Amino acid sequence: MSLESRKLLTIVTESALEHELSVEIQRLGAHGYTVTDARGRGGRGVRNASWTMSANIRIEVVCPAATAETIAATLKERYYANYAMILFLSDVEVMRPDKF
Amino acid sequence: MPTLDPVVLFFLLGLTAGLLRAELRLPPAIYEFLTVLLLLTIGLKGGVELAAHPFGALLPRMLLVVLAGIVLPLLAYPVLRAVGRMARPDAASIAAHYGSVSVGTYAVAVAYLGYRGIAFEEYLAVFLVLLEMPAIVVGILLARGVGRGVQWRAMTREVLLGKSIVLLTGGLLIGWVGGSDGVAPIAPLFMDLFKGVLALFLLEMGLIAAGQAGDLRRHGVFLIIFGVVMPLASAVVGAGMGWTMGLSVGGTTLLATLMASASYIAVPAAMRLSLPEANPALSLAASLGVTFPFNILIGIPLYHRFAEFTQRLGG
Repeated sequence: MSLESRKLLTIVTESALEHELSVEIQRLGAHGYTVTDARGRGGRGVRNASWTMSANIRIEVVCPAATAETIAATLKERYYANYAMILFLSDVEVMRPDKF
Repeated sequence: MPTLDPVVLFFLLGLTAGLLRAELRLPPAIYEFLTVLLLLTIGLKGGVELAAHPFGALLPRMLLVVLAGIVLPLLAYPVLRAVGRMARPDAASIAAHYGSVSVGTYAVAVAYLGYRGIAFEEYLAVFLVLLEMPAIVVGILLARGVGRGVQWRAMTREVLLGKSIVLLTGGLLIGWVGGSDGVAPIAPLFMDLFKGVLALFLLEMGLIAAGQAGDLRRHGVFLIIFGVVMPLASAVVGAGMGWTMGLSVGGTTLLATLMASASYIAVPAAMRLSLPEANPALSLAASLGVTFPFNILIGIPLYHRFAEFTQRLGG
């Protein structure tokens, strides 16, 4: 079985940004993404998801390293100052490289 | 008859449980569902009655209401800037919250009037739809000025296709097309369960309002005073408008309540995207932590007095 390396970009942010980010991520070259509801605590206090304005999402994108870095840099530039957002990159291996 | 409507006691239960940090949490999906039911119910009731009114006669009233939705945030903004010493985006965002409306507060006023057997013009639900948007535009213009760096298309989409406008308008149209006979088969879910749904909704609202307590403590007394004085001033404007339009006591009470209410669904979402530098903790602490509870517990009975007073003046 042959495996190829890709980056997994994980973004945890406010659910208010879901629509905007889904458009942005695809525009920057990712072929797809997965969104899940999330809650937790961080620099902006507890985000307990009890209602829309305190809800978080976790977006995962598997893509080539260059794309992941472009997305990460764009999001950092545009959203870090005013939104609850963290993102991190990790290495993953995929079986169908053409999908990502 | 007890002074407090039983549904309001559910709000107090949620508020107390939240402040005591009780292990109580409604699943977010339930809160969403309750909001959907309330929006549709109010839309349906309004639509059924709207069918009985010629649209042309309502048009001047609608324009007056939209005008109020534009003027109120313009009045609030300088106060927030000068007295509250707020940064421009924060003042603009809070002003927008207070120019817009809260469906939850409207629903409690409807329940209040129903509980006392006071008749009112159900078509006022149309004003809920009309009042959602203008304040948002005014807020963005106050913060940004004309034509600079505002993504109007994205903002318009966010607001017009947001849950509250879609469901209220949808409900109004369905009620309007169906009429009271057409709506009768679905009435058990929407109309008959209205107060039970509202009670559960208010339980959750109490929990959410209690969650604002920390932000309120941090941001001081100005927000608390503003959160009480602003709705009072707006209610006076609303009662005056109700009198001008020749509404009944119930209708005037509802219009005053509408004007006094501050948004916590459409405006926070729109502001988060259009004015990211505005701190949402400030506007939500004021609108949810102060104004919503104030309107529910003290405001609505008070606005009822305002309405009776204007009727006496008129009579």
